[in-house]
Amino acid sequence: MSTFDNPFDPDRRLRAGGCSCGQHVSEAEHEHAALALRCEPQPSEEKRYEGVVASAVMRAMFPKEVARRAFLKSVGASTALAAISQFFPLQTATELFAQGGVPEKKDLKVGFIPITCATPIIMAHPLGFYSKHGLNVEVVKTAGWAVIRDKTINKEYDAAHMLAPMPIAISLGLGANAIPFTVPAIENINGQGITLAVKHKDKRDPKDWKGMKFAIPFDYSMHNYLLRYYLAEHGLDPDTDVQLRSVPPPEMVANLRADNIDGFLAPDNICQRAIYDGVGFMHILSKEIWDGHPCCSFAASREFITSSPNSFAALTRAIVDATAYASKAENRKQIAEAIAPANYINAPVTVLEQVLTGTYADGLGGVKTDAKRVDFDPFPWQSFAVWMLTQMKRWGQIKGDVDYKAVAEQVYLATDTKKVMAEMGLTPPATSYKSFSVMGKTFDPEKPDDYLASFKIRKAS
Amino acid sequence: MTFSLRFRAAVVSIALLAAFLGIWHLATRSTATTTTMSPEYAKLMGLTATQGKSAMPGPLDVGAKLWEHFKQPFYDKGPNDKGLGIQLGYSIGRVGLGYLLAVIVAIPLGFLIGMSPLISKALDPFIQVLKPISPLAWMPLALYTIKDSSISAIFVIFICSVWPMLLNTAFGVAAVRKEWINVARTLEVGTIRRAFTVILPAAAPTILTGMRISIGIAWLVIVAAEMLVGGTGIGYFVWNEWNNLSITNVIIAILLIGVVGMLLDQILARFTRMVTFPE
Repeated sequence: MSTFDNPFDPDRRLRAGGCSCGQHVSEAEHEHAALALRCEPQPSEEKRYEGVVASAVMRAMFPKEVARRAFLKSVGASTALAAISQFFPLQTATELFAQGGVPEKKDLKVGFIPITCATPIIMAHPLGFYSKHGLNVEVVKTAGWAVIRDKTINKEYDAAHMLAPMPIAISLGLGANAIPFTVPAIENINGQGITLAVKHKDKRDPKDWKGMKFAIPFDYSMHNYLLRYYLAEHGLDPDTDVQLRSVPPPEMVANLRADNIDGFLAPDNICQRAIYDGVGFMHILSKEIWDGHPCCSFAASREFITSSPNSFAALTRAIVDATAYASKAENRKQIAEAIAPANYINAPVTVLEQVLTGTYADGLGGVKTDAKRVDFDPFPWQSFAVWMLTQMKRWGQIKGDVDYKAVAEQVYLATDTKKVMAEMGLTPPATSYKSFSVMGKTFDPEKPDDYLASFKIRKAS
Repeated sequence: MTFSLRFRAAVVSIALLAAFLGIWHLATRSTATTTTMSPEYAKLMGLTATQGKSAMPGPLDVGAKLWEHFKQPFYDKGPNDKGLGIQLGYSIGRVGLGYLLAVIVAIPLGFLIGMSPLISKALDPFIQVLKPISPLAWMPLALYTIKDSSISAIFVIFICSVWPMLLNTAFGVAAVRKEWINVARTLEVGTIRRAFTVILPAAAPTILTGMRISIGIAWLVIVAAEMLVGGTGIGYFVWNEWNNLSITNVIIAILLIGVVGMLLDQILARFTRMVTFPE
C-alpha cells in the first residue's frame, strides 16, 4: 500500500494490485489521475502532514493488513485515531515530520533576482516557510544572472533562483565551467510577456517587426527561446531580421523610455512597470505562446545535495510548500504585499498585485483579467529540460549531439521532487515527461531530434 | 562699498545653486497632457501615466525624501534593505580596508623603487602594463579566483589605489635632493636611518599627494564595484533603487557620494598640509 491510501479504511483491498504506481485501485483510475497532471495543493499543510504521520503510525502498529482491518472494523476509524493519539503524540510527531531530518547546515543563503518569478523563494522568508522547516535562510538580492551564477558556483549562496535553462547550461559548461547543477523545483510557470513601446501600438503583427531591437534578460533564458520561437513562427529570423540584446530587467524600462529598444520579452513585473509608467503596452502574455511554460527555477549544485542532504531536503520542502501556497489565487494579494518592500522586490504594490492577481492594465486603456497570467507549480518536468535543449541546439548554443534524456534527468530532479511532494502529502504526477504544445505545435519529448528538424528557421550548424 | 572676495564668491555660489534648483523645478513640473482614461484603468497606472507627472523628480521630491532618510539613517530591515548610514558605512569600510592594504604594499615598494635604480628599471614594464587597466576589469577575475564577492570588491579597491601611491612614492623618494643625501652620507648615517630621517620627511608631501589621488579613485570605484556585486554599500543602494526606477533615491545617493568623496579628499588634503615644508 502507498502513502496515499487511507489506512483507516476497513474496506481497503488487502493486496496492492491495480495500477502501475500502486496508488490507484485500477489502471483505469490511474489513467484518470494521470490526466490531471498538474499538482494541486491540499487544503492545509498541517492536515496533510497529520494524515501522512497518522497513516505511518497505524501501519507500524498493525504491520499485518488483515489485523488492521479487523481492528478498524470493530472500533471504527475515528475511535482508532483517537485511541492512537492518546498514547502516541501525533501532534509532536507531525511537527517533527514537517522538519524532516536534522539539517546539517541551518544558516543558508539563497540568492534571488528581484522579479515576480522568484515569488516562492522570496515570500518563503517573510511568510515563514523557511523557519517552519527548521532553516534560518537569508535571501539575498543579486545584481544579475551572471553574478548569481558565479556566487552560487563560489558557494557564497547555498542555492539560488536561476532561469530554468541556466542549470542546464552550467552543467553542460556553456558560458561557464561545467559544474553539475540541479533543479529540485520550478518556481513559476507563465508570468512573462512581450511589451512594446507605445509608439508601436499599431504594429501588432510580428511580420512588421523587421529591424526592431528587442531586449531579453539573458542568453540562457526561456525569454530568449520563447521570443525567438515566436518571431520564427511569424517568419522572422531572430538572428538576422531583428536585434536581440541581453539587458538586465531593471534597465529594460529605462531603455524603452529612452527609445534604445522597441520592446522586450521580460518578467511580468517589468512589463507591468513599463505600463505603469506609461512607456509600453502588453503585446501578448507569454502564456499565449506556450501555456504552462516554465520560467525560473530553484537551483543548487549537486555538491550541496551530497554534502548537506537534509538541509537540501528541508529547503526543497520549504520551496515546494511556498509554491503550493502561491498557487492559490486567494493568497496572491497577501503575497504581493509581502514581497513589495525594498528588502525584497522593491516595487510598487499595485504593480505586483496586477501581476499576481492577473487583473491588469494593458497599457492601451483596457483592463484585462487572466487569473493564470502567472502560476506556480514546483514539479520539474524533465520534458521541459528536453525542450530547452532542443532550442539550445536550434540557436547554436549547443553544437554537436546531445543526449537529451541523460542531461534532463541529471539536472531536473523529478524523482527527488516526487519523493518530497509525496512526503508532504501533495500529489506528484506519475511520470516525469509530458507532451505539450507551443504555439499549436505539439512537442513529443520522445522525439527531440525530429522536433528540432521540423523547424525551418534555425541557425545553420 | 567692497566686500571681501570670499563673501562675493559665496553670493555667486548661492545664486548659481538657486538658479539650478529653479530651472530643475520648472523643467520637471507636471506637463498637463493627461489623457482621459477610465477610473478603473487609472487606478492600475502610475502617476507618470495618469497625471502627466514628469519621470524626473523635482527638487522638492528629492528634498522630502532626503529628510526622510536623515530622520532614520541607520534602520535595518533585513539583508537587502538598510538605512543610508549603514550603506555608507559598508562602503567606507571597504574603501578603508582596500586602501590600507594598498598603503601597506605601495609605500615600502615605492621606497624600494625610488632608492634602487635597478629595481626601478626591472619593475617598470610591469607597472606600465598594470597601471592603465580599469579596476573593474579585474572584477570577473577576482570573483572567479577569490570566490568571495566582498573580498573581491576590496581587492578591486586595492588594485586601483595602489598605482598612484606607488608611482608618487617612487618619484618622491627618487627626487630627494642629492645634497641632503650626501650630507647624510658624510655624517655616516646608516641606510635605514637615512630612509626614515632624511628621505621620508623629504618625500612625504609627494607621497601624500599620491595617497590623496588614490582615495579619490578608490571612492569612485567602490560605487561601481558595489553596483556589480550587490549586497551592501552605497553602490548597491543606487542599484536597488534603480531597480525600482526610483530616480529620487538615486539622486540622493549621488549627492551623498559626492559629499563623502569630498570629505575623504579634505582629510587627506589636511594631512598633506601637515607634512608640507617650506624650502
